[in-house]
Amino acid sequence: MKRFFGFVTKEFYHIFRDFRTLVVLFGMPIAQILLFGFAINTDLKDASIAILDNSKDEMTRKLSQKIISSGYFLLKENLNTTAEIEKSFQTGKIKEVIIFQEDFEKRFMKDGKASVQIIADATDPNNANLFVNYTSGIINNFQQELMREQKVPYLITPEVRLRYNPEMKSVFMFVPGIITILLMLVCAMMTSISIAREKELGTMEVLLVSPLKPLQILVGKVLPYVLLSFINAVTIIMLGKWVFGMPITGSYMLLLFVTIVFIIMVLSLGIFISTVSNNQMTAMLISMVGLLLPTILLSGFVFPTENMPLILEWLSYIVPAKWFIIILKSVMLKGLGIQYIWKELLVLLGMTLFLLMLGMKKFKIRLE
Amino acid sequence: MNNRPEKIIEVKNLVKRFGLFVANDNLTFDVFHGEIFGFLGANGAGKTTAMKILCGLSKPTAGEVKVAGFDVYKQTEEIKKNIGYMSQRFSLYEDLTPVENIRFYAGIYGLSNQKIKERSEMLIEKLGLQEVRKSLLKSLPLGWKQKLAFSVALIHEPKIIFLDEPTSGVDPITRRQFWEMIYEAADEGVTVFITTHYMDEAEYCDRVSIMVDGRIDALDKPSLLKKQFNAETMNEVFIKLARRST
Amino acid sequence: MRTILFILRKEFLQIKRNRTMLPIIFFVPFVQLIILVHAATFEMKHIRMHIIDRDNSSVSRDITGKFRGSPFYDITNYSFSDKEGEEDLKKNKADIVMIIPKHFERNLKTESSGKIQLVINAINAASAGLTYAYTQSIILKYNLDLVTEWANLPSNVRTSSISITHSFWFNPELNYKNYMVPGILVLLVTLIGMFLTGMNIVREKEIGTIEQINITPIKKHQFIIGKLLPFWIIAQFELAFGLTLGKLLFNIPILGNLGVVFTFSSIYLLVVLGLGLIISTINNTQQQSMFISFFFMIVFIMMSGLFTPVESMPVWAQKINIINPVAYFIKVMRMVLMKGSGFADIKQQLISISVYAVVILSFAVWRYRKVS
Repeated sequence: MKRFFGFVTKEFYHIFRDFRTLVVLFGMPIAQILLFGFAINTDLKDASIAILDNSKDEMTRKLSQKIISSGYFLLKENLNTTAEIEKSFQTGKIKEVIIFQEDFEKRFMKDGKASVQIIADATDPNNANLFVNYTSGIINNFQQELMREQKVPYLITPEVRLRYNPEMKSVFMFVPGIITILLMLVCAMMTSISIAREKELGTMEVLLVSPLKPLQILVGKVLPYVLLSFINAVTIIMLGKWVFGMPITGSYMLLLFVTIVFIIMVLSLGIFISTVSNNQMTAMLISMVGLLLPTILLSGFVFPTENMPLILEWLSYIVPAKWFIIILKSVMLKGLGIQYIWKELLVLLGMTLFLLMLGMKKFKIRLE
Repeated sequence: MNNRPEKIIEVKNLVKRFGLFVANDNLTFDVFHGEIFGFLGANGAGKTTAMKILCGLSKPTAGEVKVAGFDVYKQTEEIKKNIGYMSQRFSLYEDLTPVENIRFYAGIYGLSNQKIKERSEMLIEKLGLQEVRKSLLKSLPLGWKQKLAFSVALIHEPKIIFLDEPTSGVDPITRRQFWEMIYEAADEGVTVFITTHYMDEAEYCDRVSIMVDGRIDALDKPSLLKKQFNAETMNEVFIKLARRST
Repeated sequence: MRTILFILRKEFLQIKRNRTMLPIIFFVPFVQLIILVHAATFEMKHIRMHIIDRDNSSVSRDITGKFRGSPFYDITNYSFSDKEGEEDLKKNKADIVMIIPKHFERNLKTESSGKIQLVINAINAASAGLTYAYTQSIILKYNLDLVTEWANLPSNVRTSSISITHSFWFNPELNYKNYMVPGILVLLVTLIGMFLTGMNIVREKEIGTIEQINITPIKKHQFIIGKLLPFWIIAQFELAFGLTLGKLLFNIPILGNLGVVFTFSSIYLLVVLGLGLIISTINNTQQQSMFISFFFMIVFIMMSGLFTPVESMPVWAQKINIINPVAYFIKVMRMVLMKGSGFADIKQQLISISVYAVVILSFAVWRYRKVS
């Protein structure tokens, strides 16, 4: 037992004395969550638009005002002819043009119909879609208000309740993903590299011939990272709460519990990677390319998996991050209890077991 | 053949300081054309620092240093063209073949394509590397790599070759063979400046200097040093000197 | 000049034989390209709606009928209990719950107004916004028709409405791939430029041959060129290859002049390579080099507008993008490929990136001279 503690202490020394690695371990996640929390944003805000007002009457003025004051759009230009539109798009200055028909108010009152044309720069199709729909939404609202003012009968009013994210902050969707990615980065990568380093330097042989059992070696290697990852996880979650207002509506205990489960899962992944790598470089490359990239793309971190082609959606089921992100969203944002997330937890536990068994097997093979 | 061989390295009052630490403390010595000069000293005595200065890799804090007639402060480019170097880590590329390594270094030193072809063939022949000419260096035994590195260091026919503990970690037979190559080079007029930990190698040198704590405490032919210190081997000379300073 | 050729030859030989580098250069980027492009989409396939119709009147059935018949909506459940609706939201079985209260039609006729509740899962704020917008517009349209029918207005007096038409320029089918492929190509090229360069230089340090090099007459700038040029060349090839693949597999538009693209990439690569060089001077091990390059790369990429729009970022974050080379290139790629922008249109970016290149390279070379 004493030997074991000696070993664990050595591992801690390794980590803490390597200043640069420490910076990476702690500084990086913090820097990243701060940066991304603010930067990764699909909120619509201050999108540059131009208005081509062919009628310039009271109604179009009011409508324009409503659009501009929504906070979603920023008026950059007032155009006079349709010829100017293409140039404005090409220089990238504006993303959308709203065109009001001539004699807008007159037509509305007399003919009962006036038209607005919205032209969006669809190089970013997602945003373009948002622009058009939000603009339409504002115009529809305007219409409804008019109808109310004019005391039009039989008005149906939709009342909206926004669940889990009433202020519609897009950051809520990303923070769970960021937490997951950072944990994976720190745990899987660091663990696999640490073990691979021993292999590379040849000190693994020394350890193996020592009286320490293989299991002790493995646990000893992993323990410091469990601790560090845990501290990291808590830090990141707290930052999410304090800096971004990410709520923790569910039980704190449950949150800690699932975090630990995930950390163990990721560590077992790290161990597995190290058993298939001969040196640090390989370990690092596999972690980064084989782990991180698929995780970022297929876990639902940025892009929802429901919208992907079927093959990719299936692929996403074997990405552990996907399950943890669901759990995080359920616990943190929806405040759900364990009865809702037991399926996902089971999947994670299953993965952990599988990886550990595989890792141990490979480790033992090495010994023979 | 001159009676008085010319000085190929001239060092006068060389001082190298790193902050407050004095690595080279007022060194003065000369190396003559064609000699095998052993540069000895314990670890940390300042050998590597001095050698780096002689190779043009760093500048002295004070003192005059001339290598192959060129000033070490202002003419490092010329110096580099006229010297060869081989370090204990051999420093040839492990992931290239012998031929590729030779071609690279020869090209770097400005040999014509014709010359490169000639010399690589000659070297492969001489070192007996025909079987392995297309193999990567990392698959060759240590001794072969070392001999190749030495030959590559001479590819551009430099006036001086600096050897930094070239035989560390090598078996005695290969060491012997290596020294034969050194003698051959010296016979052809190349000055050999060598640092080593093996005191028996000190015996093979024409002259030897021993550095202790940044100073040169002894400089002479091995035979004369042994007489001076009343020792039978250079090993003893070294120990007696080291003891004297502690 | 000749010296540089010898150095290049050696570098290419080494790259060819490097087991770890080769997959990164050739295999990974293209797998990434193919998978990423399909995965990276915010498009919504359909909206899953849970309907709670407590009224069961002809009006309410008309309304629910509109959603049932819409290809954008997927009615996943009907119930009468609010609780069940909430459960579906919690379990992520529905995106929106529509609740039509009892006596809806009656109240509409007698009190002239009626309320429909829409409960939306807003975790994905953008989808929620869209869901609301679509749903609201369907209800509004139905409302207008209803008012016209019930109010029995004479035919020359209709309820006025504003008709909205829209069109999407440059990408009328809202093809997300057209948007992503240019961005991903930038990503690939950056990976090679920054990452591999740093690794390559540090590798030389690690194995000790750098000492040997320093003693040869190789000048520092020749060494640097020898280290950077191979990757500059490889990256350009990848870009070309990637564009070809993009055209063949995804039929991405290439409206603008490719000359503009490659001119920009030439300068862009100088920046990225320079950064790789700087990183290598800070580190002694390949591992550290990789970490730091990786960190910077992730930050640059996430902030560059590849996945999420730059305009949505807070002002201070957008200011940081001034030193984010990736942001520049992505913008230019998209502008040139999708909109056919020319040199004049990207003038500002071109100037910025050129200045950046000069600054970075000078600093990198200076730093390298100092440290070795």
